[in-house]
Amino acid sequence: MAIANPCLPWLALLTVACLIWGLYLSLFASPADYQQSETVRIMYVHVPSAWMALFIYSVMAIASLVAVIWRHPLAEIAAQASAPIGAAFTFCALVTGSLWGKPMWGTWWVWDARLTSVLILFFIYLAHMALTSAFDDPARGRRAAAILCLVGFVNVPIIKFSVEWWNTLHQPASVLKLGGPSIHADMLWPLLIMALAFKLIYLCLLIVRMRNELMAARVRNLTAARARG
Amino acid sequence: MGRKQRRLIIIALSALCLAAAAALVMLAFRDNIVFFFGPTEIKEGKVQPGKRIKIGGLVVEGSVVKAGEKVSFSITDGSENVDISYVGILPDLFREGQGIVAEGVLNQNLAFTASEVLAKHDENYMPSEVADALKKSGHWKEGEEQ
Repeated sequence: MAIANPCLPWLALLTVACLIWGLYLSLFASPADYQQSETVRIMYVHVPSAWMALFIYSVMAIASLVAVIWRHPLAEIAAQASAPIGAAFTFCALVTGSLWGKPMWGTWWVWDARLTSVLILFFIYLAHMALTSAFDDPARGRRAAAILCLVGFVNVPIIKFSVEWWNTLHQPASVLKLGGPSIHADMLWPLLIMALAFKLIYLCLLIVRMRNELMAARVRNLTAARARG
Repeated sequence: MGRKQRRLIIIALSALCLAAAAALVMLAFRDNIVFFFGPTEIKEGKVQPGKRIKIGGLVVEGSVVKAGEKVSFSITDGSENVDISYVGILPDLFREGQGIVAEGVLNQNLAFTASEVLAKHDENYMPSEVADALKKSGHWKEGEEQ
């Protein structure tokens, strides 16, 4: 935290710059797709959001593992602070995916393996948030949420490989696959810059939220000490 | 053995059990999670006629016949074809050579009456100019096996 605090304003500035650059590239400078024409621009928000949904969950799972085995208090707080951010990105991926599905596939929603497994991920995020605050003792809530997070991690590989294991309406991976990306460089670069911008947003929010949580813990301890007299 | 090692072993064992359970569940559900059937599975008789199912494949070039709102076309997976008839509005991406998923009923002659047609788009993205140039120079989709 001693290093994170002075870095935060610069990090926020870098995030905004990266986001503006990425949005300019993806909305104005990048070419229209040969099949989807301008509608393809939804991809530049949808795909980074979906990556973040999986990335943040993986970070939470690692933090929960550290918290459960080594009882590191900062790891528990990191997992707790990440959950709402991850839920927001998952929601964003579901909504933009739905808006993209209507013009391209002809439907807002189908119950194929990819879409259903991402919806389950969204519910796991919500359950994690609910469970964290379901106990009077915050430490017990975080412990229970850590176990839920580790159990729920089984869903992450299912989401990633759902499009290869089963017939789905969702198309297979374009970027992270064997044999290199099947997406043209003019469209890949804006996508990667947007992905970087989303990672930076997460980092900024995570630092702020962890700082808040540490301060809240300190307030709780002080009030408890005063109550004891 | 320290408490940390014990916790580590308990978690590793639980993770192993959980992964095994998930794998077994998915093995059991393998056919149910499938979103659509292909033409080969239809011809092999894996699907009973009269049941509501989804089938998917590529629209055969030159097979699309439109008469007002009525459309008939064939889909293929490279080895088998299935004829589909449909009444309604097709999605924007519907075209010959495009992957589609249709929901409807298979009749006794293994022809399909669709009540809904969805377009499936592939994982390739490229600018329209590049696609036009590739088509013009004759290098279109030369990397893919037919």
